[in-house]
Amino acid sequence: MPLDAKIPDGPLAEKWEKHRFELKLVNPANKRKYNIIVVGTGLAGGSAAATLAELGYNVKIFCIQDSPRRAHSIAAQGGINAAKNYQNDGDSIWRLFYDTVKGGDFRSREANVYRLAQVSNNIIDQCVAQGVPFARDYGGLLANRSFGGAQVSRTFYARGQTGQQLLLGAYSALSRQIAAKKVEMFTRRDMLDLVLVDGHAKGIIVRNLVTGDIESHAADAVVLATGGYGNAFNLSTNAMSSNVTAAYSAYKKGAYFANPCFTQIHPTCIPVHGDYQSKLTLMSESLRNDGRVWVPKDPKDKRSPGQIPESERDYYLENKYPSFGNLVPRDVASRNAKDQCDMGKGVGETGLAVYLDFEDAIKRDGKDVIEKKYGNLFQMYEKIIDSNPYETPMMIYPAVHYTMGGLWVDYDLMSNLPGLFVLGEANFSDHGANRLGASALMQGLADGYFVIPYTIGGYLVGEGSDKKISIDHPAFKEASEKVKTGIKKLLSIGGKRTVDDFHRELGGILWEYCGMARNDEGLKKAGTMISELRGEFWENVSVSGSGREFNQSLEKAGRVADFLEFGELMVRDAFSRKESCGGHFNEGHQTEENEAKRDDENFSHVAAWEFTGVDSEPALHKEELVFENVELTQRSYK
Amino acid sequence: MTNSETKKDINLTLKVWRQKGPDVKGKLETYQAKNISTDMSFLEMIDVVNEDLILEGKDPIAFDHDCREGICGMCGCVVDGRAHGPEQGTTLCQLHMRHFSNNDVVVVEPWRSRAFKVIKDLVVDRSPLDKLIQAGGFISANVGGAPDANAIPIPHDTAELSMDAAACIGCGACVASCPNASAMLFVGAKISQLALLPQGKPEAAKRAISMVKTMDELGFGNCTNEAECEADCPKEISITNIARLNREFLKAGLFSTVAK
Ligand SMILES: Cc1cc2nc3c(=O)[nH]c(=O)nc-3n(C[C@H](O)[C@H](O)[C@H](O)COP(=O)(O)OP(=O)(O)OC[C@H]3O[C@@H](n4cnc5c(N)ncnc54)[C@H](O)[C@@H]3O)c2cc1C
Ligand code: FES
Repeated sequence: MPLDAKIPDGPLAEKWEKHRFELKLVNPANKRKYNIIVVGTGLAGGSAAATLAELGYNVKIFCIQDSPRRAHSIAAQGGINAAKNYQNDGDSIWRLFYDTVKGGDFRSREANVYRLAQVSNNIIDQCVAQGVPFARDYGGLLANRSFGGAQVSRTFYARGQTGQQLLLGAYSALSRQIAAKKVEMFTRRDMLDLVLVDGHAKGIIVRNLVTGDIESHAADAVVLATGGYGNAFNLSTNAMSSNVTAAYSAYKKGAYFANPCFTQIHPTCIPVHGDYQSKLTLMSESLRNDGRVWVPKDPKDKRSPGQIPESERDYYLENKYPSFGNLVPRDVASRNAKDQCDMGKGVGETGLAVYLDFEDAIKRDGKDVIEKKYGNLFQMYEKIIDSNPYETPMMIYPAVHYTMGGLWVDYDLMSNLPGLFVLGEANFSDHGANRLGASALMQGLADGYFVIPYTIGGYLVGEGSDKKISIDHPAFKEASEKVKTGIKKLLSIGGKRTVDDFHRELGGILWEYCGMARNDEGLKKAGTMISELRGEFWENVSVSGSGREFNQSLEKAGRVADFLEFGELMVRDAFSRKESCGGHFNEGHQTEENEAKRDDENFSHVAAWEFTGVDSEPALHKEELVFENVELTQRSYK
Repeated sequence: MTNSETKKDINLTLKVWRQKGPDVKGKLETYQAKNISTDMSFLEMIDVVNEDLILEGKDPIAFDHDCREGICGMCGCVVDGRAHGPEQGTTLCQLHMRHFSNNDVVVVEPWRSRAFKVIKDLVVDRSPLDKLIQAGGFISANVGGAPDANAIPIPHDTAELSMDAAACIGCGACVASCPNASAMLFVGAKISQLALLPQGKPEAAKRAISMVKTMDELGFGNCTNEAECEADCPKEISITNIARLNREFLKAGLFSTVAK
């Protein structure tokens, strides 16, 4: 069955306006009769919950951490885009829209992306009103920087802590609604299942991470804003608790999972340096504005960087892409770093790193200016690597960072399951096959502050209107029994390998065969390996303690169990997409210059997978992407 | 440069606070951390100890953590008597083992404060910090009505000062390190961030009074200028923020009609 995204008709620039007018409104006095569950307190969930509560809805919100302020959004460094054109450098809503569609290698939905660009400006206004201390010029106006893949300066930032400041803004709005008793906050909860009644999303099952209690919560609609699944790779820049469990439980209940193989590998991260390593640290891509990427020309050249003369360095991005240079999009920058290392030109102990050099920038602008811009990043680098980037070039290597894939949603951000909305990184909607820098924060806040507050009303008074449910409904009992059985099973195995050990192995397989470059043979192999690993997991994993207590080993086991099933879906999706686009680079499909080669005729679609059973093949549904406003071109950053 | 000569593995003896739950008595237990690479973070070192405990069928050490890059504020324990350990301006997740020596004995305890109850081992309940923010750590600006972001210019230096205060990660180290378990640095940082900005001024008086009152109600102590909080703050938030809080509070009392 073809998927209907319910994109409103009319000219692109008028679709959202028109749709908002056509959406049914919920009478202000009636809003308080509706209960909404929001899972996730990141930019997407936090902003959604606060705004829905401001409108009068009753909201219950959930997160894993001990406080809503700690969601993974807090770690975003570089900035947030908006089409304000404050710098008068030719930016516009249209340009932001175009850059995003092109950057995503023409695998996103025009209408959604245009709306995103439209509301981007309201986001900045809202954040400033909340007291977000964005960087300012000496005249007191807001400062901007340019960010990977864009030739205009449209990125707003708060030092290297933009995500933190935006999240604290949303958190403060949320706190205000908690104080007003419009939002009930549930921290240290892990969503383990979605509850459907007559096909509509009506609640969730969570585990209370402190007591171990399995709790049921019912509502008129469920909003998932649970972030991305990059931790399937084990090592990534995501926070340790980032997971696919919430989204995957919805998938198992019938929500389609779209483009799971579209994962973003970020070019500027601190290289891996040991088996024990638990996560990778991002060095914001804003560093590429001033840092120059290079490797020695001669693979045999093992001198320290300072001793390698200018003429013997290969500034490969500047040479290969003269017009974008060090600012090419992430997928391009990452793949090129891998190519250099594959050629043996990588640096550092492992040979899996390239230099990011600030010498010229420091000479040009002075150390003070560079310190102002990047001080905290340089400090973080020095803490981890024990080397001073003001003096010795940084070493960087790509790492898993973001997932463009996610639960399928229509224009209203509702999944194919009525009443289940999905926001932020957890949905698939706006970034196609590659996300541009500083656009995830924009999307999360757009979804939460400006889209869901309108579209959820349409559902509540429309098809969801006559379906009030309480947790006494048998569907809750059934779902919570299933969750309890799953937990019992995990605890009863008593095997010989730790959960982390399985996670490391899964991550290794995905990185090797479903990472920066993929091929059919490798993907096939990975599918088999993951399925065998999953088999072993359920026989040989060791999980300590009981289910009736604070038990981090159990929490993690549940997440890895889901990653093991989900990993197979990623690989399957990658295998079935016989083209290269954005972050999905299939070696069998490349141009003569080794760039990604799309097949617009056969693959200009969203691949949305439907669960049919753990051991049976999922069913593929396609949403054809229609481009009426942009012309599909081969991306070129030369 | 990290090079192979400086790289080495070390062995440590850990004395870790183990406590099953809030109402159970806890005690220090001894563990050996063997072959610890000096490139590991402190938390990765605990990971290694925990993996061994799990394989021995024992209960791993519970500790909070998430981002592991010093920004979420989730991690934090008292290491050898100091919140977040010996390194200035560093969260526990960013503390690397190269700052320890072979055969060191390291004592690891949870945040200790009247306001924070132990949940398990090194994990404590910091929800009182959220309650402080709920008491007024916000600007009441509903979505929809905001003027253009450049409508009110804010001097560069003011914005920077505000950002200095806003950098607080809410980890609770200031409370844990204060002999009085005061939350003045945490509250001062939020009050300062918002009071410095023109957008925050309309509610400044109400905010100061309400947050200070809530601080007392939640069992946090008073500030007696020990400055331990500033010394242990992983983000090096300055105690000048406490001075600003005091000024804002006084101003609010003198000139406002808000009931105290
Ligand atoms: C290091 C780093 C730097 C970045 N820098 C930038 C940047 O400069 N600009 C940019 O635009 N983007 C950046 N990104 C991407 C961006 O930060 C994320 O995509 C975005 O913040 C995701 O927001 P979110 O609200 O969708 O999810 P998150 O912030 O990940 O929040 C997820 C929430 O869901 C909750 N949750 C998850 N699973 C469950 C469950 N099972 N049960 C209950 N609750 C659950 C979590 O507790 C959390 O509250 C960066 C990402 C990283 C990793
Ligand atoms: S784990 Fe996030 S600050 Fe340490």
